[in-house]
Amino acid sequence: MAIIEVDRLRKSYGGRTVVDGVSFAVEEGEIFGLLGPNGAGKTTTVECIEGLRTPDGGRVRLAGLDPVADRKRVTPILGVQLQHSDLQGKLTVREALELYSAFYPRPADWRSLVERLGLTDRLGVRFEKLSGGQKQRLFIALALIGRPKVVVLDELTTGLDPQARRDTWHLVGGFRDEGVTVVLVTHFMEEAQHLCDRVALLRSGTLAALDTPAGLVESTGGATVVSFTPSRRLDDPELAPLPAIRSVRRLDGDRLVVTGTDETVDALMSMLALNGIAARNLRVESASLDDAYLDLTAKEL
Amino acid sequence: MSASIAVLKAEARLFRREPGSVFWILAFPLLLLVILGLIPSFREPGPASGGARPIDLYLPVAVLLGVILAGLTSLPPALTAYREKGILRRMSTTPVRPAALLAAQVIVHGAAALAGGIVIIAVGRLLYGVPLPANPAAYALTLVLGTLGALVGGALIAALSRSAKASTTTATLAFFPVAFTAGVYAPVRSMPEVLRRVVEFTPFGAASQALDQASAGSWPALPLLAIMLVWITVLAGASVRWFRWE
Repeated sequence: MAIIEVDRLRKSYGGRTVVDGVSFAVEEGEIFGLLGPNGAGKTTTVECIEGLRTPDGGRVRLAGLDPVADRKRVTPILGVQLQHSDLQGKLTVREALELYSAFYPRPADWRSLVERLGLTDRLGVRFEKLSGGQKQRLFIALALIGRPKVVVLDELTTGLDPQARRDTWHLVGGFRDEGVTVVLVTHFMEEAQHLCDRVALLRSGTLAALDTPAGLVESTGGATVVSFTPSRRLDDPELAPLPAIRSVRRLDGDRLVVTGTDETVDALMSMLALNGIAARNLRVESASLDDAYLDLTAKEL
Repeated sequence: MSASIAVLKAEARLFRREPGSVFWILAFPLLLLVILGLIPSFREPGPASGGARPIDLYLPVAVLLGVILAGLTSLPPALTAYREKGILRRMSTTPVRPAALLAAQVIVHGAAALAGGIVIIAVGRLLYGVPLPANPAAYALTLVLGTLGALVGGALIAALSRSAKASTTTATLAFFPVAFTAGVYAPVRSMPEVLRRVVEFTPFGAASQALDQASAGSWPALPLLAIMLVWITVLAGASVRWFRWE
């Protein structure tokens, strides 16, 4: 059964449409990723799920409840990690946990939470003195403290160093075993690939793709990605006739990234040889979720 | 209910960790009274004040000064920072309404102001023999109304300010005229007649006069209390109307 239903959701701010008819459903116990470039409408979508914003159109249901109209029944089953949201700077970790425990009817034991999150030796430390990773872990603890059914994590690992990021992934992965449903907003493909059962890809307020991470990669046709810096400029019309070509991206310094199949690579190599063009720093890789993401959010060739 | 009390307890503890707020609300008005009392002429009955000494006239002013510093100067940046840092937003995703946090801040600042006032009255009595209020009930009522006025004024500044920095600036600018009307520079009672009449229409001018009358043993003139009530209602209404949660 779907625990979150988003049906033709629309939201605009001052005439600018930010979310334009997005629909998806999240199953119970799933880790569901919301991906997309900045301004694609990810945060607005989850804010409608959290009941922080009222949709202009469409319908959002959380465990069958309207997050805005049924706030009283939604907040006890929802745990939220918000982007850009601090705690009182002089509140200690212990005080924050005790305070937030008092908000919920049947709170989790914060001592065991803190132990799992590796914050036990930080209990007496004030929020303002915590490192970025410790703050994030505390936010995770606060999101979990009410024993929620659904946890929404918005840009959880932004600003963390790689080690802290991996530690956090490990923690979130552990939620799955407890049957907690997780909605994860991110712009790190690696994070989505690592954690998510399914991923919704947003592009300028609309749903560009909805699939498993593996399915998304496959949707690029089991693609092969060639990147190189040609010795002279190659224009799109020269590349377009290549067989099975899916997309061409141009990076700084004339570098080209061509997505296609092995066939595309063969044809590209012959074409380059025929025209006497050298391919510097040539790399050929099979596509990752990164490539699928860029492919799906890029303009058509 | 228990959640709101937990919020209130946490905010009271956090308030004690703000040395700035504690100094300005609790220590500064008291220091002012003590220093003024050290000046010999302040302890001599003045010619124009009917036997009262300047220190007697300044005591209610020092009490009001603490009230103004609590409500008007210290409260707005505290409230605005909670909005600015997303603390209200985080709380609005929990079963507790963020209004509980604002209410806790208002209550803590109000309690600090009243506690400071009691300390000032006690110290004034012990150090300089300033008579205790002859009408304690009227004094308490006036002090509570004055405190409410300062708190809702501060809440309005917080409501209208975009950032904690902006609210500090507004509060500082507001402080000087408000302190003047409360009689910090010259007691309202000793102001020229026309000026005094005008000042009595301001919330703290009225509070200052009402405190004077309660100190002397009478009930404050009804118009003074009415003026304070009108201000409280208008400022409270305006701050609720214009408060932005984000």
